[in-house]
Amino acid sequence: MSNSLIIGQYVPGQSIVHRLDPRTKIIMIFFFVFIVFFANSVPSYSILAFFAFGSIVLSRIPFRFILKGLTPIWFLIGFTFLLHIIITREGAVLVDLVVLKIYSGGLIQGFAISLRFFLLILVTSLLTLTTTPIEITDAIETLLNPLKKVKFPVHELALMMSISLRFIPTLMQEMDKISKAQASRGVDFRTGPIKERAKAIVPLLVPLFVSAFKRAEDLAMAMEARGYQGGEGRTKLRILRISGRDWVALFLFAVVLAGLFATRHYS
Amino acid sequence: MRQKLVEFRNVSFRYDDDGPWILNDCSFTIYENQSVAIIGHNGSGKSTIAKLMNGLLFPQKGQILIDGKEVNAQTIWDIRKDVGMVFQNPDNQFVGTTVQDDVAFGMENRGIAREEMMKRIEDTLTAVGMQHKRLSEPHRLSGGQKQRVAIASVLAISPKLLILDEATAMLDPKGRQSIMKTVSHLHEQDVMSLVSITHDLEEVMMAEWVIVMNQGEIWAEGTPRDIFTRKDAFHKIGLDIPFVGKLTEALRRADVSITEEPLNHEELLEALWTFHSKT
Repeated sequence: MSNSLIIGQYVPGQSIVHRLDPRTKIIMIFFFVFIVFFANSVPSYSILAFFAFGSIVLSRIPFRFILKGLTPIWFLIGFTFLLHIIITREGAVLVDLVVLKIYSGGLIQGFAISLRFFLLILVTSLLTLTTTPIEITDAIETLLNPLKKVKFPVHELALMMSISLRFIPTLMQEMDKISKAQASRGVDFRTGPIKERAKAIVPLLVPLFVSAFKRAEDLAMAMEARGYQGGEGRTKLRILRISGRDWVALFLFAVVLAGLFATRHYS
Repeated sequence: MRQKLVEFRNVSFRYDDDGPWILNDCSFTIYENQSVAIIGHNGSGKSTIAKLMNGLLFPQKGQILIDGKEVNAQTIWDIRKDVGMVFQNPDNQFVGTTVQDDVAFGMENRGIAREEMMKRIEDTLTAVGMQHKRLSEPHRLSGGQKQRVAIASVLAISPKLLILDEATAMLDPKGRQSIMKTVSHLHEQDVMSLVSITHDLEEVMMAEWVIVMNQGEIWAEGTPRDIFTRKDAFHKIGLDIPFVGKLTEALRRADVSITEEPLNHEELLEALWTFHSKT
């Protein structure tokens, strides 16, 4: 039970990556997602791979956690690889099966795209591994702040996210309780054909939704009683601070960026 | 004479225009630094009174004055600064992701500076004995601990009136006891009025003044002693009396004459030994 209550996949730690301001991390990852698609030569890919693995080493997160996060992605990576091998018709023919010719270009393309995929997932999962959900929420709120000018409800969005985060464990405990209560009345969740098991979910979801609405109503009342009247004129307890290490990280990232464009193969 | 803090003047309330009156022509006064218990069974209108005091609901008839200000749409934000409220369900009023975030929520709403917030979080969590849990998430706390946090978050804005709307109803006896202790301790220390809306008779005995609600009307008002002397009438409106009261009654039936109405175990003991030494 306690194990299933960990939200997201955050691994607590005190490493330099953990202590970076979440905004720095989000900005870096945002740009990384773009520049991954600019790499097209062996040195440029090496630089990106070096950056990704370097960050993982600095985060001091055991590699098995990262691999665990990648499990659902392996299939996708493999699939992309195969697809490129089959579809691309460039370069020399390497293998000639009667129905399928594998070209050298396909092999290279397949490798390159899979590597991009792999690096992308690696770096983005590093964000959720080293940053608490509430830090991410705060970072998003401050980063989106300029959008307030165009009437985008930034504060409300952040509040919604943080309240959802707060209620996930509560609703999970509730779910556990309801499923036990229903099981004691003879509902069988574990055996039988899939169709039957899917049907058994209904008596679980309905009470859960009813209570979630009740909670929402109570919470709204409690918030109002405590003087909540929207984002105007609010102060914040949690603050984010950009420190020296954030500037260093951003500088290093700029170096990576420059290196990438310098080693990129222009044709 | 103590200052008036809450004044209900002929207040009537109903949810729908053609629905039944939930409150019917209620008038009462609560003074500064007074502790008041409001009792009555479900649907007697006692929770509605709490929501009216905080401007969560507005009456159709009559006037409500808090510290001399009338409760209306213009004044509610000022009034909510003076009137803090703790609700029944410990989970459904916990807004923050951690204890200190939750205590900060009310202060953030009022634009209090961060340094001041840190100080008040420290102070109020210490006052309710939860400072060691300040970074805990709500699902790691017991119901009683969550209610203590809820009390701390109300205290953080230093209200003049603390309303406990059945705040102990969902707790186990241990949690209830700890909340009652915390609250009475706070009440002794600070200048703050206390309104507890409750089913718990022990809580009622601790109050200075009791208001008994029945079907939307004030059925009786008085000190706990006055109120619980009227045992027969109590049974008539379907309310229970405290254990000591029941025991006294049973003793009288067994020809033990107890003249004074004992309120707690000590007083009953007193009455018993005086009776014993007389016979």
